[in-house]
Amino acid sequence: MRKTVSIAATFALIGALTACGGGGDAGSDGPVTLRMTTWSANPDHVKLFDTIAAEYKTTHPDVTVKFDALPFENYTTTVTTQIAGGNAPDIAWILEGAAPDFVASGALTALDDSIEDAAGLVPTATALWKQDGKLMAYPFSTSPFGVFVNTDLLKKAGQTLPTGDKWTWENAAKVAAATATKTGKQGLVVRDFDYKDWTNLATVFRGWDAEAWSADGKTCGFDQQPMVDAMTFLHKAIFTDKALPAPGVAADFFAGESAMTIAQISRASLLEKDGFGWTLVPLPAGPAGDYSVIGQGGLGVLKKGKHAAAAQDFVKFFTSPANSEKLAQFFPPPRQSQLNAATLAKANPLLKPEQLQSVVIDGIESGVVKPSHTGSAEINQAVRSGLDPLWKPGADVAGVLKGVCTAINPLLAK
Amino acid sequence: MTVVLDRTAPAARSTGPRPFWTTRRRDQLTGYLFITPALLGAAAFVFLPLVLVVWYSLHEWNVLADTFNFVGADNYRKLAEDRNFPSVLRATAFFSIGLVVLNLALALLLAVLLNQKLRGTTFFRVLFFSPVVVSLLAWTIVWGFLLQDNGGINGLLDAAGIDGPNWLRSGGTAMASVVVVQVFKNVGLNMVLFLAALQGVPPELYEAARTDGAGPWTIFRRITLPLISPTILLTSIITVVGSLQVFAQISVLTQGGPGTSTTVLVYYLYQQAFQFHAFGYGATLSVVLFLIVLALTVLQWQMRKRWVFHER
Repeated sequence: MRKTVSIAATFALIGALTACGGGGDAGSDGPVTLRMTTWSANPDHVKLFDTIAAEYKTTHPDVTVKFDALPFENYTTTVTTQIAGGNAPDIAWILEGAAPDFVASGALTALDDSIEDAAGLVPTATALWKQDGKLMAYPFSTSPFGVFVNTDLLKKAGQTLPTGDKWTWENAAKVAAATATKTGKQGLVVRDFDYKDWTNLATVFRGWDAEAWSADGKTCGFDQQPMVDAMTFLHKAIFTDKALPAPGVAADFFAGESAMTIAQISRASLLEKDGFGWTLVPLPAGPAGDYSVIGQGGLGVLKKGKHAAAAQDFVKFFTSPANSEKLAQFFPPPRQSQLNAATLAKANPLLKPEQLQSVVIDGIESGVVKPSHTGSAEINQAVRSGLDPLWKPGADVAGVLKGVCTAINPLLAK
Repeated sequence: MTVVLDRTAPAARSTGPRPFWTTRRRDQLTGYLFITPALLGAAAFVFLPLVLVVWYSLHEWNVLADTFNFVGADNYRKLAEDRNFPSVLRATAFFSIGLVVLNLALALLLAVLLNQKLRGTTFFRVLFFSPVVVSLLAWTIVWGFLLQDNGGINGLLDAAGIDGPNWLRSGGTAMASVVVVQVFKNVGLNMVLFLAALQGVPPELYEAARTDGAGPWTIFRRITLPLISPTILLTSIITVVGSLQVFAQISVLTQGGPGTSTTVLVYYLYQQAFQFHAFGYGATLSVVLFLIVLALTVLQWQMRKRWVFHER
């Protein structure tokens, strides 16, 4: 009963706060504090943001920018609840999965006039963030997925990393399985998948040219042959070859617990200086050839924020070519002019120029963004439950995938 | 006596109009002032939200698009057509029944065992009660590790030569695992309540029964159970209501999966309102939850006359 009441109270508070909040005073003078929500509490990131904000303050003494790091797991939920409660942030990071909802809802202010040299942004990077030709959020982080490899572990297992044409999913799974068997560690971990966030599996199934849904978002792709082939491969790799950890098995590559992991390059910061030997390579080629998948973070100005105009001005400064270059050390920029090994190498001392070229630069230019759709939270949940029967030995792959389409078709049609 | 004289004396002596602030009125005002903070709190955080939540359930509220449109009974129609709702109700019923039966049976068993005058009972009472004071999240997270496929429980089973199931990932064991985690968390509280009730049973009744030749089972059934029935009523109401509130355990251990096998009503409500941004539909679900809790509590309260001894 108490829970019912407290949930009811939450709704009521949201209502009350909504009534009190909102309303911009963008034009007002006097000191302004802008709040920008992020999902990174990494001290190095925060330090850089603070430096940029301090520099902005020298020319705009009335504007203070506060960075509010929210937990990643519930990031979108928290921001939405804040908006509902009349406490909308002025500027918010937006995950690619939530992009269509934010972009299409009209919650964001168009940024075309607030981005310097907007023409220099890579089209694949901005596609997700545009509506009717207008840029609704700036993709400050356009981070391709690559494969981090623990070379020490491979050496210990007597394995060599396939290169060139030999770097295929078939061979990657073989090496991962052999390393796992011989070292007692895990093989290949699709980071953050954990049999829940299936969108990370796009880094695998795109190798078969499979899609979660068609480009217009109307047709389910799970029951199509490419997806059936990709998932059959994945199922065998998990349950027969043991190349990937089984459901419920925890293994952290960066703690030395697995031979390989698929992750974004920004994860290189998790590698310890004197830790194990490692390398970074592009995603293995699938039967459909080479491919690349990008994870993105957008930066948007919320209409319901209290200082929309001031926020837009700060975003212009934050994303300027000069600051974009500084941010590039953590977040690969969407600016064509900065997508060269020289700029990125300055900012990413851990990565070699050829790694930056093959994984980051080529990846951003040719990459496909992880699956997203309006109403993505509900669709993701339906896909997740639909895929659950797949994650056990002997599953009927085609049957399960057909069930996923049955579950999400009504949602895709919305 | 003095007080009465003091109170009546001024009125008796008075010749003018009766003053407004009589002592009675002043006492009443004092009383109302004392309960005002609590009443305001209840109004702001209980009654108003209850009304508002019903009001919201009649709206479609999209936070991102900033729309709040009256849709009448649409959300209730959507509920009737919701394909997931029957399985959500099944999961909720399974969890509640499983929890109530296991929790009460185990609590009563422990209470009876620990009510014996034996060495070490205090230690065991503390042992079984201690999870009650542990943080719910910490308790659940630790159990999450233990129940992993390569976690502590399967490690123990492995050592015994048994291939344990993947507790939280298989449809057959996920809900049972969540129930057991919750039973161990709270069984101590009911155990203590039962212990207190058992100790309140007059020993002479037991003596009389033994003199009449009653065996232990007859004594338990004919004397102990009826005399502790008020406590059984109390614990069953608390446990039923508590079982309908389960959220953190589901959120941490299974996130409603596999499939929707552990998606209970509160978790579904949270998903709809806070993850899918359907605040109106979320409000509708919370109205349903409120009605279910209310109906079950009223039912239990009515049924007490049949089996709680001092109500007959």
